[in-house]
Amino acid sequence: MPQDTLIAVEHLTRYYGAHCAVSDLSFTVQRGEILGFLGPNGAGKTTTMQMLCGVLAPSNGRVTIAGHDLALDPRGAKQHIGYLPEHPPLYYDLTVDQYLNFCAQLRRVPSAERAAAVARSKHRCGLEEAGGRLIGNLSKGFHQRIGVAQAIIHAPAVVILDEPTVGLDPSQIVEIRGLIRELGDVYSVILSTHILSEAQTVCSRVLIIDEGKLILDEPLAGLRDADQEQVFVIALRHPPPLAALQAVAGVAEVHAIDAQRFRITGRAGSDSAVALSESAAAQGWGLYELAPSAGTLEEIYLQLTRGEPPAPDAHP
Amino acid sequence: MMVFTIAGTELRRMFQTVLAWAVLAVVQFLLAIFFFMLLWKFLEPGTAAAARGLTDIVVTGTLQIAGIVLLLVSPLLTMRLFSEEQRSGTMQLLSSAPISLTEIVLGKYLGVLGFLLCMLGMIALMPLSLLAGTALDMGQLGAGLLALGLLMAAFAAVGLFVSTLTDQPALAAIGGFAALFILWIIHIAAYSGGEAVAAVFSYLSLLRHFDGLLDGYFSSVDVVYFILLIASFLALSVWRLDARRTYH
Repeated sequence: MPQDTLIAVEHLTRYYGAHCAVSDLSFTVQRGEILGFLGPNGAGKTTTMQMLCGVLAPSNGRVTIAGHDLALDPRGAKQHIGYLPEHPPLYYDLTVDQYLNFCAQLRRVPSAERAAAVARSKHRCGLEEAGGRLIGNLSKGFHQRIGVAQAIIHAPAVVILDEPTVGLDPSQIVEIRGLIRELGDVYSVILSTHILSEAQTVCSRVLIIDEGKLILDEPLAGLRDADQEQVFVIALRHPPPLAALQAVAGVAEVHAIDAQRFRITGRAGSDSAVALSESAAAQGWGLYELAPSAGTLEEIYLQLTRGEPPAPDAHP
Repeated sequence: MMVFTIAGTELRRMFQTVLAWAVLAVVQFLLAIFFFMLLWKFLEPGTAAAARGLTDIVVTGTLQIAGIVLLLVSPLLTMRLFSEEQRSGTMQLLSSAPISLTEIVLGKYLGVLGFLLCMLGMIALMPLSLLAGTALDMGQLGAGLLALGLLMAAFAAVGLFVSTLTDQPALAAIGGFAALFILWIIHIAAYSGGEAVAAVFSYLSLLRHFDGLLDGYFSSVDVVYFILLIASFLALSVWRLDARRTYH
């Protein structure tokens, strides 16, 4: 796989009036990478993606797509981008085939290859049966898939997906994630999500942004290796004082989530979970839940944003 | 090339809305009533109307009323052009595609113009039907149709600009109507001002230039007026969309 840089972002800044939505963001994306964009609502994810696609003009900074400067050579740069906004940009009064044909024309797919491009894109997104149907009559899951089909129709070098799995049922989510992984083999993919487990299963690298600032840029593999401690959550009916929990063998850190729930960090190599359940039984703390924490990414996310955790796997 | 792609899709989508068909039907119906009334007046024996000739009374009269009817309905046709794209997010599809804002604006404009030309063709059929029984002053008819065509093109450009200003189609319709109405009657403002002011205001008035052409005087001043008006509103639209991208 050639290691060439498909997206280079330098000092990207965007103001809405006096409000700074994105501040001095710099990163690069290589071919074959799947970059996850994480952050609480209002962190500037969508704004950043819109600037990468040329939908919004940055107040400051530079975006280079496959060697073309987006501001100086927008046509050349946009040729290499496929974009799925948060709400799929569909014309409800067209049929799926009409719409995809129009998108292929907009993206300058040569007319000789257009039919093949539409067919390939429909096949990839499972839309073969829906070709003749009116988009307005199809379900939300179909809309999302048509949105993805539209973004990949011209085989772009970079595919940018804004929350691509929102509103899909679980089996469709698995399909779309598989599709994203497939795309990641050939193209660069940037996707934003508020579902941490999704970033963890799909992405090869994550960026966490908060209040418009980049606070983490790390390959996921590195994050997994770094994690040697065990983290889990326990719930007790009659919780003792924090100091008593802290005193249990192998417990490194205790953090009270609410009156009955605690996040426990155990020392590497210790059996803190066993020790805790034994003490709970012996001293009548009423242990009714003990679960491993959702994972590294969530820990890091919480640490960095110091906010409410997003639902680990909350699908609407 | 890309302009025609966008225009074609726009036109196809217009013909898939009920509103477009309803507008075509209502305009045709209203004008048919006026056409019939004018013809009736002309055929009545002994009136002064007959002396002025068939073309002047029936054809020019119908086209004049067509101008007023279009003033009312054309904002309904142009209101969706950009406001709905902004509202539903499909503008992002166009603005992330490798095409310029000028191409997008021209494409949408040509799309709606195509629709209006269909309407013009249908309106033209009414006067042309008179050819079955009598001769017409084809020169005056041609100038009249040109006048109505240019008027439609100007209405479309103004309406397109107003629809870039808001995300609400209804607001774009009412705003477009207000803008057209002001341009239509702005010569009234000339009566109260000095000579120079009067000249400016009466030059700006749509009605003056429309009536001039309709009477059969093909004057390049009138044609240039319409072309300038169209070009400036299209340029304003591009400018406005670019500002949205930069400052919104």
